[in-house]
Amino acid sequence: MSTPIFANFHPDFYVERLWDKCIKCKRCIRECTYGVHIWDEKKKTLKEDHTKCVGCHRCSAMCPTNALIIRRHPSDFREHALWTPWFIKNIYKQADQGGVLLTSTGCALPYKNYFDHLVIDACQVTNPPIDPLREPMELRTFIGPKPEAVEVEEVNGRFRLKKKLPPVIRIEVPIMFAGMSYGAISLHVHQGLARAARDLGTLYNTGEGGLHASLYEYGANTIVQCASGRFGLHIDYLNAGVAIEIKIGQGAKPGIGGHLPGEKVTEEISKTRMIPVGSDALSPAPHHDIYSIEDLRGLIFALKEATEYKKLVFVKIAAVHNVAAIASGIVRAGADAVVIDGLKGGTGASPTMFRDNIGIPIELAISAVDKRLREEGIRHRTSIIASGGIRCSADVVKAIALGADAVYIGTAALIACGCTMCQRCHTGKCPWGIATNNPELMKRLPPEVAYEKIYNLVKGWAHEIKEMLGAMGINSIESLKGNRDKLRAVGLTREEMEILEVKHAGE
Amino acid sequence: MWNIYLRAKEISGCGISGIIHRKGELIPGEMIIKSICCQYERGNGLGAGFAAYGIYPEFKDFYALHVMGQCRESLERVEEFLHKRTYVSFQEPIPTRRVKTIKNPPLFKRYFVRPKFEGEIVEAEDGQSEDDFMVNLVMEINEKISGAYVISSGKNMGVFKGVGFPDEIAEFFRIDEYQAYIWTAHNRFPTNTPGWWGGAHPFTLLDWSIVHNGEISSYGTNKRYLELFGYKCTLLTDTEVVAYILDLLIRRHGLPLELACKVMAPPFWIEIDEMDEEDRELYTALRMVYGGAVLNGPFAILFAYNGGLVGLNDRVKLRPLVVANKGDLYVMGSEEAAIRTILPDPERVWAPKAGEPVIVEMEEATIPNQKSYLKVRPKEEREDALRIGSYPLSLFTSK
Repeated sequence: MSTPIFANFHPDFYVERLWDKCIKCKRCIRECTYGVHIWDEKKKTLKEDHTKCVGCHRCSAMCPTNALIIRRHPSDFREHALWTPWFIKNIYKQADQGGVLLTSTGCALPYKNYFDHLVIDACQVTNPPIDPLREPMELRTFIGPKPEAVEVEEVNGRFRLKKKLPPVIRIEVPIMFAGMSYGAISLHVHQGLARAARDLGTLYNTGEGGLHASLYEYGANTIVQCASGRFGLHIDYLNAGVAIEIKIGQGAKPGIGGHLPGEKVTEEISKTRMIPVGSDALSPAPHHDIYSIEDLRGLIFALKEATEYKKLVFVKIAAVHNVAAIASGIVRAGADAVVIDGLKGGTGASPTMFRDNIGIPIELAISAVDKRLREEGIRHRTSIIASGGIRCSADVVKAIALGADAVYIGTAALIACGCTMCQRCHTGKCPWGIATNNPELMKRLPPEVAYEKIYNLVKGWAHEIKEMLGAMGINSIESLKGNRDKLRAVGLTREEMEILEVKHAGE
Repeated sequence: MWNIYLRAKEISGCGISGIIHRKGELIPGEMIIKSICCQYERGNGLGAGFAAYGIYPEFKDFYALHVMGQCRESLERVEEFLHKRTYVSFQEPIPTRRVKTIKNPPLFKRYFVRPKFEGEIVEAEDGQSEDDFMVNLVMEINEKISGAYVISSGKNMGVFKGVGFPDEIAEFFRIDEYQAYIWTAHNRFPTNTPGWWGGAHPFTLLDWSIVHNGEISSYGTNKRYLELFGYKCTLLTDTEVVAYILDLLIRRHGLPLELACKVMAPPFWIEIDEMDEEDRELYTALRMVYGGAVLNGPFAILFAYNGGLVGLNDRVKLRPLVVANKGDLYVMGSEEAAIRTILPDPERVWAPKAGEPVIVEMEEATIPNQKSYLKVRPKEEREDALRIGSYPLSLFTSK
């Protein structure tokens, strides 16, 4: 007798086929990458293997007759407040296979989401709201270090700068695209991100998987990442963008390196990453040349030397308990921007325990880091880029009011491309063609579509941000930065409000 | 009542007036009273005030501290503090009249002082360190001595302000008995704060005085920015922020006044993008570095210093500001009526454009301790020191 696979006894989803509508065209079989839909040759009919369904909704979306409904599996366990199906099923999986639970995207546990407890101000009577349809409304932002003061001189009755300012990066909207590696996501999504970044006047981030040859032309809108695995890293790559991001950690899995399962390492990816086809690309937990803050300084300046001080160097960390002190050290080590990735930050593959239990929420981290850098008088020497769980333009506004200069979005950009958050990116079977480089699956999301959707999303958000700024009575984004007056808390404790430096609504 | 730290940021609409004589002729207090009282409807009796320059010629080299005290004890504490930290040359109660409608006013005294440096003599470079000393002293008193508050601290100038309509405050402080070469005045319409004498305008820092109509929506950003440089916004009024920004930009960072105005009301990026390269670099740098000093939201501000008066609107002109002159006499106000009531036949009347400062400085060497922040002296066609692009509005010209 073979050992039973307990996990298979209790599927998460249930595929309901409406037989009066089904025309047995077998489209569902072709669409599903997990093998849920099966053709029974003998009975000339369709069958479902519910245990394999991940709830991605590809089949129901593509079914020409709308004959499919995907729902949570109706058969329940006896209710238990502690031993919920989530824990029971995870135990089955590990008992079956003895491995580490793997998942994708960001933290799925319902920790308090501070964005949802902050409300935004608007003008009434004493102060006129400004209408972005009729008045200029400015979102232009500069990433990088700025001097404390401007020195001017007068020449022939005109003022001019005494000393040119150090290089900075100009973005036209305070939203950039977070590091998502080629390999974790498809080349088409990378192409879409790059084009959207160019047309929006912002930046996208290569992630740690190197830069595909076809994307060098978008250099002015590119941040190249240097992570602990150093995949695809060479001098042309470092020189390709306008900034280099040293990735120390990421919000979805603080304390460990990136994972690209071998299933996703195709020929093209192997070339770009400079690793063999089919090999797991597991970045080490630390950078093996950074065992302390002075080593980080070494790497920052090694990169600056290599690129002749023409590129800015960002340092990305996961928001952890001592994030403020760490960020301060990073700025003093010479980073031109600090990227903080919060608890809710996404990933293409992460151990479930890490994704759901490690790190702190981004809102608290932004406020703490901003405060610390101000207290130490070094806030102007860097920019704060916040990421992890930014779901809408109001989240962007709140993040900036809490002290960020700009935000990264990752998951939101993928959802714009059709992602349904089934959280199976690590399988490489993404039926929507996003988190896969399988040549057949990639075709499901052409680069033009990815570009258009991402561009539209950010364009819409930018307009909403302008509307909200106008409602607050300000007409440029710099007047929102750190402006706690524009936020009020609803349902937060004294302590939380102190950390966020906001008053309660009604105060 | 005086727990100023717990106060919410004030929100108010207002009327403002300012007068300057470029040759330093003394202007009687009656004039500014008349101008501000003409804008009676712009206030609601919860605050009014006056700033006067040139009223203490006999103490012109001393910092004149106007101190407001809740009670005798708090003033005594201030006195004790001042005697420890400064040389007090002269002190007296500020003369006041009884006004029926003003109930239980605080106590007012003025002190004429010089800093007392402890230990080694501090290099006094252009009086910079003396000024720094005074700024810190004033902040310390305001923060630490409860029930006492320094309402002005410049040389040869003083501020008189309180809760009431402008005519009542003028009567109370006997404004009609003073003569000054620069006056500013304010009539306040607060919407959310009960009247507090310290919350009235003008607001001052050293010899900078500011009257302000508007609400600075960027207050939270400005406050945090200023904290970086050690300014503590204790009063929670927008106007205080303006004073500190001016002090930071002009006195500490040495920016010319014209550019300081451009920092507070910056040109739009669409305008900057059209500039020639030199200007584009300059204005981009100003916006990048001083983003935290941008005053965003509706405002019309008059600010004065020993030697000049400046009118400035926000960059989309969401509050009124009108300027007029006759010869060397320049008048600015929220309404043209406030000007014409004291200057019935002006040579020119115009409404300055959004974000374009009107800077009127006195002729050189007109008054003692004169200051000039106008780095580029006006060219011929700008002999009258009207700066950058202001134009007469035909709508307002008299025929």
